Amino acid sequence: MTGEKTVLVALAGQPNCGKSTVFNLLTGARQHVANYPGVTVEKKTGSFAIDDIRVELVDLPGTYSLTSYSLEERVARDFLINDMPSVVIDVADGSNLKRNLYLTLQLMEMEAPVILNLNMMDVVERRGQRIDVDRLRDMLGIPVVPTKAKKGEGKAALRVAVKELAGKRPGPAAYKIDYGPLEPHIDVLAGAIAEDPLVSVQYPVRWIAVKLLENDDRAADMVKGAHTDADQALALAESCRLRFTEETGNAPERHIAFARHAACARIAAETVTLPAAKKRSLSDLADRYVCHRFFGPLILLVILMALYQVAIVFGNWLALQAWPIWGAVEDFSADVLPAAGFTSDPLLRALGLWVVKSTTAILNYLPIFFLLFSLIAILEDSGYMPRMAFILDRLFRRFGLHGQSTLPMILGGVYVGGCAIPGVMATKAIPDERARLATIMIVPMMNCLAKVPLYLILIGAYFADVGGLAMFFIATVTLFMALPVAKVLTLTVLKRHPSAPFIMEMPPYHLPTIMGILRRAFERIWLFLKKIVTVVAAVAVVVFVLINYPGLPDDRRVHYDGMENAAIKGFMADVARTEFVGRITRADVLPIILFEESLKRAKRGVTDQEESSAINARFQADNPVYYAVVKREGKDGKKLNKSLKKVVRTRKKARREARAERFEASFLGSMGRALEPVTQWAGFNWRINIALLSAFAAKENSAATLGSIYGLDGDQSVQESMKAGESGFTPLHALALMLFMALYPPCVPTSIMVRHQADSTGWMLFSIAYQTLLGLLVASLVFTGGRLLGLTGLQAMWAFYGLCVATTLIMALIPNPEEREAAASVSPEPCNEHCS
Amino acid sequence: MTLDELDPGTACVMADLTVDGALGQRLMDLGFYPGAAIEIVRNAPLVDPVEIHLDGYHVSIRHDEARHIEVTL
Repeated sequence: MTGEKTVLVALAGQPNCGKSTVFNLLTGARQHVANYPGVTVEKKTGSFAIDDIRVELVDLPGTYSLTSYSLEERVARDFLINDMPSVVIDVADGSNLKRNLYLTLQLMEMEAPVILNLNMMDVVERRGQRIDVDRLRDMLGIPVVPTKAKKGEGKAALRVAVKELAGKRPGPAAYKIDYGPLEPHIDVLAGAIAEDPLVSVQYPVRWIAVKLLENDDRAADMVKGAHTDADQALALAESCRLRFTEETGNAPERHIAFARHAACARIAAETVTLPAAKKRSLSDLADRYVCHRFFGPLILLVILMALYQVAIVFGNWLALQAWPIWGAVEDFSADVLPAAGFTSDPLLRALGLWVVKSTTAILNYLPIFFLLFSLIAILEDSGYMPRMAFILDRLFRRFGLHGQSTLPMILGGVYVGGCAIPGVMATKAIPDERARLATIMIVPMMNCLAKVPLYLILIGAYFADVGGLAMFFIATVTLFMALPVAKVLTLTVLKRHPSAPFIMEMPPYHLPTIMGILRRAFERIWLFLKKIVTVVAAVAVVVFVLINYPGLPDDRRVHYDGMENAAIKGFMADVARTEFVGRITRADVLPIILFEESLKRAKRGVTDQEESSAINARFQADNPVYYAVVKREGKDGKKLNKSLKKVVRTRKKARREARAERFEASFLGSMGRALEPVTQWAGFNWRINIALLSAFAAKENSAATLGSIYGLDGDQSVQESMKAGESGFTPLHALALMLFMALYPPCVPTSIMVRHQADSTGWMLFSIAYQTLLGLLVASLVFTGGRLLGLTGLQAMWAFYGLCVATTLIMALIPNPEEREAAASVSPEPCNEHCS
Repeated sequence: MTLDELDPGTACVMADLTVDGALGQRLMDLGFYPGAAIEIVRNAPLVDPVEIHLDGYHVSIRHDEARHIEVTL
C-alpha cells in the first residue's frame, strides 16, 4: 500500500506495572515472540494500525532502571539508542507512581519521545488515591494517558496520543532533573562532549555526561566508539567524579540516584493524594498465611502437589486420549509410503516411518506441556512465584541455587515423572545468572517420564520383592545427587559467573485472566514446536543411519532370502491344492500380507458395526481374492489363511532377527562394543551400551531398544527376556544401570533447550559431557565398589543413598563464593542472632 | 544501625547506603534512598530472606544485603 507510514513504538515500564496487558490491549492477537539478537531476553513485537499509520510495537524488558548492570536494562537501553523508536510508551503502575517515575525520568533524560501511561487506575481508585493528571502533564511536559488496561479501558486515548506524538519532531525534554551540586560538572562534561561532532549526533549529550559521571561502562564504550578524542573526554569525566567526591564526600552515582528519587518524590507529592487512613490490602492479609512460618511451606507443598497431579497425572491421561491422533498420523504415513518388503523395507519407508515415529513420540507429550505451561502462567500472573522464592531461597541458596529454582526442578520431575524440556524453559524466571545456569545443569538429572520405563523393567526383573522401596530410592536419590552437583558446579565452573543480589519485589496478588493464561501457554507451545520438532526430525535421520548402517553382510542376507523363499514355497504348495490355483501367484504373497495389515489398521479403534462392514466392503471390492484369504471365506479360504499365518510368523521372525543383527553390526553397535572396556566397570556389556546410546535421541528408546536386542516386538515383558538373555546379570548390575539412567545426559530436545536458555553451545556440550561422565563414575562406583565389598543390590542401594545424603549435608555447609569473599573482606564482626 | 538487625514489626527510615557497584545500584534502583520509609514485615520461614514494606510496596531482601542499609528508628 502506498501512503502508509510505519512508525516504531517501544513499550517500556517497570516490572508488575501491567505492561503486557497494555501490549495485548494495543495489538490484540497479532504478536510475535523472538529473542533480542544475541541474548536470551525475550522480544515481543506486534503491530496495529491507527488510521493510515502502521504501528510496529516492541515490548522492552521490564526494568526498574536503565543502568548497564543487568542484561535486561542494557537490552532496553540499546534498543532505545540504536533503533530510535518514534514513540516510547512508558507504562507506569498508577498506584505506585513515585517509584515508577524513576524510570520515566530516565527515559526522558535519554531524550526519548515519551508518553506516560498511568495504568492500573482501577487499583488507584480502589485504594482511595487520587492522581492529578493535568498537573502531572504540566510538570513533566509530556503526554500523560490514564488507562485501566485490565478492563480494556483507555485504548482509544492511548492510540490518539501515539498518533499525535509520532507526527511531531522531538524537542528537548521539558523536565530536567536538578542534580544540584553535580550540575556544574555535568555542564563542563556536556560542553566537552557537545564539541565532538560524532558523539553529539549519535547520543543525547546531557545523558552521556550523566552516565559518564555515574561511571557507566557501556557509556564509556559508546564514547570510545564514537568520540574523536575519547581518552580526553573520559579523563575529564574521571576528574569531575573525583572532584565531586572531594567536594561532597559522596560518590556521584549515589548522588545521581538519590537526586532522581528526590525528584520523583517531589513530583509525586504534588500530584498524588493518598487516603488519610492506611488500609491493609488483601495481598497483605493473604501473605500473612502464604508466607507464614508453618502455613507457608504447607501451602507451597499443596500447590506443588496439585501442579504435579494436574500436569503429570491428568496430563498423562489426556495424552493417552489424544494418542489416536498421532496414531492416525503414523497409520497415514504407513499407507502413503512405499510398500513394505518381506524381510527388509525400502529405505524411503523405513526412514520415513522412523522420522514420523520419533516426532509423534514427542508430540505425544503436547497435552502435558500445554497443562504445564498454563499452570506456570497462572503461577506467574497471580504473583505467587516471588512468594515461592521467598519461602525456599534460604534452602536452595546453600547449594548455589535460587528460590525460583523450585519450579524448574518440579517440572523436570523432582519425584517421578516430569519433563526436562519445560523444566529448562522455566529457568528463564531466575534472575540470578549463576543460579540459573546451575539450575539448567541439574534439571536434566531429575526423573523425567521417559526414564520410567527402564526403571520399571529393571525393578520388575531384579528388585521385584522390594519394588516399592526401589522405586522410592530412585525417585528421591536424584535430588540428593543433584543438590551436591549444583554446589560443586557453583564452586568450580560457575564461580566466575555473576551472582545477582536477591532483592525482589513482592507484587500484590492478581487474579489471572483466562485469555492471558491461554495466550501465554500457546506462545510457549509454539516456541517449543518451532525449536524442537524440526531438530528432532533431523536428529532422527542421523540416529537412523547410525543404527541401520553399514547393514547386514551378504551371507546373512542370503540366509534371510532363503527363509523367505522357503516360506513362500510352502504357501504356494498349499495354493496349488485349492480353488485359488492360478489366481494367486508367488508375486501375490507379500501383497496379501500387506493387505491384511492395512485392513487391520483401517479397523483399529472402530467399534461401530456398520462402519466395520463398510470397511470390509471397501476392501472386498478392492481385491476379492485377497479378501477371501484374509477373511477366511469358504473352505479353501480357511485353509489358505492357516497357511498364510505360517508365512506371517516366519516373516516376523526374520524381520526381528535381521533387525537385531543389523543393530549389532551398525555403527552404534560398534560403538557399544568399543565402549565395553570402559563401561565394564559399571557392569554394562555392549548390549546395554547400545540401548543407552540409542536413548540419547529420546530416553524412551532405551526400553524399546532393549526389547529389540533381547528379541521381542514391543516392550511387553522385556524383564523376562532380559533375565533369560543376561544370565550373569545381578541386582547390582541393575542398580548401576538405573543410576546411570538417572544421571543420563539430556536427550536431544532438552539439549536444544539448554542451548537456547544458556545461549551457548558450550554449555550444552558441557551439560552432555559432565552428566555422561558423572553417570559412568557413579555407576562404576556402585557396581565395582559393591562387588568388592560383596554387597547385595539392596545393600549397595542404601549404602549409596546414605552416601548421597551425607554429601548433600556436607555440601550445604561449604560457604558459597560470595560468602567467602564477604567473610574475607568485611571486618570480623560476628553475625548476630538476627541473621542466622 | 543496619536494616538486618531489626525485628519484624519495626518501622524505620533509611539513612545511608554502604555498598557500591551492582548491589548498591540495584538497591538504589528499587527505591532505597535516604529518607525512604521502611517497615520490616516478616522473615521467611527459614528466617532469611526478610520481607519489607518500602515506600508503598513490598520487597524481599536477604540479610546479607540488608546489612548494607543504614537506618534510623
